[in-house]
Amino acid sequence: MSIEAMLGREEVGRTLRRLAHEIIENNRGAENLVLVGLLSRGYPLAKRLAAAIEDFEHVTVPVGRLDIGLYRDDVTRRAAPPRIRPSEIPADIDGKTVVLVDDVLYTGRSIRAALDALLDFGRPARVRLAVLIDRGHRELPIRPDFVGKNIPTGAFQSVQVRVAEVDGDDGVYVFDEEATHA
Amino acid sequence: MLDVREESRPVALESAPEEARWRWKDLLDTDVLDPADIQLVMDTAEAMSEVRSRPMSKVATLRGTTVVTLFYEQSTRTRASFEVAAKALGADVVNLTASGSSVEKGESLIDTVRTLEAIGADLVVMRHGKSGAPYLAARHSKAGIINGGDGTHAHPTQALLDLFTMRRHLGDLAGRKVLIVGDILHSRVARSNIWTLVSAGAEVTLCGPATLLPTSLAGRSERGSVKVTTNLDQAIAGADVVMALRIQKERAERGLIPSLREYIRGYQVNARRLALAAPGALVMHPGPMNEGIEISPEIAHGVGSVIEEQVSNGVAVRMAILYLMATARTA
Repeated sequence: MSIEAMLGREEVGRTLRRLAHEIIENNRGAENLVLVGLLSRGYPLAKRLAAAIEDFEHVTVPVGRLDIGLYRDDVTRRAAPPRIRPSEIPADIDGKTVVLVDDVLYTGRSIRAALDALLDFGRPARVRLAVLIDRGHRELPIRPDFVGKNIPTGAFQSVQVRVAEVDGDDGVYVFDEEATHA
Repeated sequence: MLDVREESRPVALESAPEEARWRWKDLLDTDVLDPADIQLVMDTAEAMSEVRSRPMSKVATLRGTTVVTLFYEQSTRTRASFEVAAKALGADVVNLTASGSSVEKGESLIDTVRTLEAIGADLVVMRHGKSGAPYLAARHSKAGIINGGDGTHAHPTQALLDLFTMRRHLGDLAGRKVLIVGDILHSRVARSNIWTLVSAGAEVTLCGPATLLPTSLAGRSERGSVKVTTNLDQAIAGADVVMALRIQKERAERGLIPSLREYIRGYQVNARRLALAAPGALVMHPGPMNEGIEISPEIAHGVGSVIEEQVSNGVAVRMAILYLMATARTA
């Protein structure tokens, strides 16, 4: 199996700061903005984006976390049912601009589930999607609004984002799965 | 194609600990649950409790799952609690009681559960007056059987919701003193609670009149201590949790207690006795209460009472059980 490092710690930091600027630009400031990170790795990324936005704009941005386990389309088909964790949406999202944050965008099924979960908490004026990595292979009509890096991958590859808050360090790696079966 | 990211396998890098998975077809009692099973139920119930607090508190996760409640004994809160829990997860619910069904025509328990299975029941919540009846049903059914109370034997979801309620207030229960007062002999709630509480490391004391107190329960578990005593004033000293059990008024008629007045004198949980417990002690009762008999009204509705919380936590805990069992079955 081969492992390729795509982004290191500093590059992840720089990418997140650029994404924060793009979110501010798109939103014309940081007012009425709520960031909602998907568990597990989207949530710490959302917190860092919010900290960067606050740093640039001097406005506090509420950050929520969303568990999508109960909304997955494969919940009763999986070998290992997802472990369900509490979500927390700290602000009223009615009429706000909510930016969903995740580490990797792949099939789009997680984001479909996240949209359903989010709408149980209220009716945002608009929902945007920010991802650190877009690796392609969409199975649903879903597209991101803010992308840290596009990494075209093959079916036998996998992308792993490591986030310091969860994994101890930051980094993006591509694994060649085929090699493990060879 | 295998969705590698969704499986979030940390290949080659440090491997995540193996996630605990539900491994039981049926939930008949708490005695088989190990600490990892119990932790899984508690964590899942915490998440379900959050779901209940949302503006839209219903999800569609168990759409296509059929839950049957099969009650051979009367019940208000347990049956309603399971029904609300199943519906909150999007499952279909069919309620059957012994009266008005073919059970009244003499259909055997085994035939009934097989019929329910043929109709498409995935999970059957069952209450029965005979201890052990759900075990018989479980042996003859592919549907998962959840014991909603059998005779004087077990009531596992009550014990799990009691544990959930205690842990929400007290955190880790290791070394905590939990006192259960009343008709221990006939109490399935007490029996199922003993397993979960001892597993959590609590010091359990069972207290009641000698005629209603099986001394065989003392020291029964290899995992921890269970004490048995007839002296409530001594037993309540320093207790972190005081759980009163319902006393059936016919116990006096059968001569197991001299009279209800005698019982109240010796075993009612009231303000005077609660003052001997640890400061801020939790007051619990599985319901339905005989206020003024096993528990005084001012205590039942006092500051330390978490009796209503037990009921609302019951929905979250039963959602957790239904979710874990329904998804484990299809896996």
